Amino acid sequence: MNKLILGRYFPGDSLIHRLDPRAKLISGIAFIFISFLAKNSQGLFLLWLFTFFVMSTTRVGFRAFFRGVRPLIWLILFTVFLQILFTAGGTIYFNWGPIKISEYGLANALFIFSRFVTIIVVTTAVTLTTKPMELTDGLTFLMRPLRILRVPVDELSMMLSIALRFIPNLLDEMQRIMDAQKARGAVFGEGSLFHQMKALVPIFLPLFSSSLNRGEELANVMDVRGYRSELPRSSFRRLIWKIKDTVCMLVILLLIAAFAVLNLI
Amino acid sequence: MAMRLRLDHVTADYQIGPVRSPRVLREVSMSLQPGTFTAVVGPTGAGKSSLLKVLNGLLLPQSGQAEIGDITIDGKSSKRLLKAVRKRVGLVFQFPESQLFAETVEQDISFGPLNFGAHPRNVHALAEKVIAQVGLDESILYRSPFSLSGGQKRRVAIAGVLALEPEVLALDEPTAGLDPTGKEELLSLLKQWNKQNGLTILMVTHDMESVARYADDVVVMEKGRAVFHDSMRKLFEDTERLEKWQLDVPDARRFQLEFEVRSGTRLPRVCLTEDELADALIEVGRV
Amino acid sequence: MKDLMIDVENVTFRYDRREQTDALSSVSFKAEKGKWLSVIGNNGAGKSTLAALLIGLIQPSQGTIRINGVALDEESKWTIRRSAGIVFQNPDNQFIGATVQDDVAFGLENLNVPADQMRLRVTEALETVGMLNYRTADPTQLSGGQKQRVAIAGVLALRPDLLILDEAFVMLDPRSRRELLATLKRLKTERDLTILSITHDMNEAAASDRILVLKQGHVARSDTPAHIFSEETELAAPFSERLRRLLLKKGRRAPESYRTESEMVQWLCD
Ligand SMILES: Nc1ncnc2c1ncn2[C@@H]1O[C@H](COP(=O)(O)OP(=O)(O)OP(=O)(O)O)[C@@H](O)[C@H]1O
Ligand SMILES: Nc1ncnc2c1ncn2[C@@H]1O[C@H](COP(=O)(O)OP(=O)(O)OP(=O)(O)O)[C@@H](O)[C@H]1O
Ligand SMILES: [Mg+2]
Ligand SMILES: [Mg+2]
Repeated sequence: MNKLILGRYFPGDSLIHRLDPRAKLISGIAFIFISFLAKNSQGLFLLWLFTFFVMSTTRVGFRAFFRGVRPLIWLILFTVFLQILFTAGGTIYFNWGPIKISEYGLANALFIFSRFVTIIVVTTAVTLTTKPMELTDGLTFLMRPLRILRVPVDELSMMLSIALRFIPNLLDEMQRIMDAQKARGAVFGEGSLFHQMKALVPIFLPLFSSSLNRGEELANVMDVRGYRSELPRSSFRRLIWKIKDTVCMLVILLLIAAFAVLNLI
Repeated sequence: MAMRLRLDHVTADYQIGPVRSPRVLREVSMSLQPGTFTAVVGPTGAGKSSLLKVLNGLLLPQSGQAEIGDITIDGKSSKRLLKAVRKRVGLVFQFPESQLFAETVEQDISFGPLNFGAHPRNVHALAEKVIAQVGLDESILYRSPFSLSGGQKRRVAIAGVLALEPEVLALDEPTAGLDPTGKEELLSLLKQWNKQNGLTILMVTHDMESVARYADDVVVMEKGRAVFHDSMRKLFEDTERLEKWQLDVPDARRFQLEFEVRSGTRLPRVCLTEDELADALIEVGRV
Repeated sequence: MKDLMIDVENVTFRYDRREQTDALSSVSFKAEKGKWLSVIGNNGAGKSTLAALLIGLIQPSQGTIRINGVALDEESKWTIRRSAGIVFQNPDNQFIGATVQDDVAFGLENLNVPADQMRLRVTEALETVGMLNYRTADPTQLSGGQKQRVAIAGVLALRPDLLILDEAFVMLDPRSRRELLATLKRLKTERDLTILSITHDMNEAAASDRILVLKQGHVARSDTPAHIFSEETELAAPFSERLRRLLLKKGRRAPESYRTESEMVQWLCD
């Protein structure tokens, strides 16, 4: 359970750690679009080059990224195989009924695979290097224009930050309860499926009741500390846009330009 | 019966997401004699709870090993071995009432024994036995654990561990949050099991009063190391080292020190309870 | 008589109509401004329930509560909470901010305090409880005692007139507990702060100005520590009183009534 990497913050002081969350969020989203611009082998190379550049700049270590990709690997491989098997065109290497392995199929699969993995890696790099609360701050800021459409941006951001607080709490609590039941001889992850499901009852029942309690107590705490969503609130944290953030945006623009050029020639 | 617990240069840490925590136990070596009542004290974060987890096989040593009787656990011990260890060392977590889950108290108490392969026919008698041991009425067995008071829940949770019939009982701050009466009752029960049934007890606590009144030996933890392991009296006689480890003294001893400074009279011995203090005061003719 | 900070009259509360007994029944007591009131009683006596009532989380079915002269109701509770704070019994579920300083600032943000003033007050509050070095730490990773200190700082940052503590020191080791108690005592005199502290620690209760004893939802007694410990002999007592009772039992010379620890030492020296 503790090995889950998605949404975890990895403490550090790298250049990417120190970027403004807004810059990172914009870059991350931009990268998703950029990855669709890679249409030839040079583009593919550039995509991977940039990804490796990001990975090494975070100074988190490649292992952490590998763990980020691992839970999605079946989904990725499944899509890749569909591409290989059902795309036709170019030289055909293998033919069996509706199934053809063709040049285009292989190439398509390679692109899809690269897009998947680089997007996961780059977005993981954003979440690994940004504290959850900074992410929330960044998101809130970027969603500000939606206020005109009467979207309750501040309440959404409060909800999001509380949800983010809750998840690690919940995992810790689960670990505690699992430990306590293990001490009473419970064994997890062994035996038949039915047996495994049954073994979870002594975890989920206490976890459920304690989450309810937690939720209630948290609501009480917010209440007595004077939180009222209808009133204006000041903010303790401030986001400061620095030169390196502008540089980061320029790098992204440059990347887009590079792809534009590659696709023209 | 006589089962010895030994830690041999145990070093351990936790895995938190992508990183490992700093060492929480550093080269801890100790040996617990069977039948002793040992208190584990030390500032918050010193590794007291982690020490108990190692003895129960929930936290595996990164280097070094733990010997639980004839079983040796190290970083690579199998699940089966660990389960055998958990049968011998019963561990009561802090606020254990939060792990109760079954519909009735009896089912909750039976959870452990059944996991360890007890025959369903025998567990009822076992539940009756342990519920009496923790000083509760048999009728409570058929109630929902969620309908009980805080103090009662605590006892039921302890009964659930006693039902494993462990040779060693390890408890993490078992009296935290109990009122003075509840605390006294629980501690006397522990002492009674220790004296009458020879149960080895290891108890983490912040409360020096309980240490002075109930423990034979004390382990002092500081920054992941076990810096002291000797008789309770030896610890409280060593004012200098107590100061160094930022440990408190029992009320009676604090009173004695203040009295000695202000009156200029030294009492004949170190007093750790009000009884000892009263006797010493009588001896020097102050009362 | 000084102004009253807390004035509770005839308050009754029941969690669930289906239950047979009230969690609190006909509770009345007063606390003067700038005093330290300890609330003691067995598990389930209704202490936390009382605290929840005082801060307006639950409403009494009968009776009235006045805080600083204002009757507490659904409207006035928001004004009252600007100058009254509570630290709950369980430190695990009290954190909203992702870092210690964010959490301490939460109450100030709700009051729309400007950012630079907020920084000042957060720093001051963290310094008071000795947690300034941890201001960027994640509160959930702290030890129990540290969590309790941060929770206290969160209330102190509001510069409250009333501080309600529900067993807010249990996770502290005895030494830190004494230090924090001394700090709060100092604030009490400096700022005319009123403190209501729920506790099982009789030494702490003995050091307060008054004690309220709850028993199964009733006020069993409300008096000074001296009277309570001399007269309520079935109650657990602080050390000096335990010694006094023991000396009496052994038929020895002993003070005729309750003495504080310091007075008891003095008595022995004379
Ligand atoms: N599950 C965990 N994951 C990561 N770190 C942990 C975990 N449990 C404890 N720690 C860390 O290990 C260290 C020792 O913790 P431990 O709980 O053993 O201390 P303790 O002596 O029991 O303290 P306390 O008196 O506060 O209960 C602490 O620094 C703590 O932050
Ligand atoms: N949310 C609730 N719903 C129903 N009953 C409750 C609830 N909270 C408390 N009670 C009951 O009300 C009574 C008083 O509880 P309260 O928590 O006020 O006691 P306490 O004096 O704070 O005890 P402790 O020392 O254990 O904290 C108890 O009988 C308890 O079971
Ligand atoms: Mg602990
Ligand atoms: Mg309570």
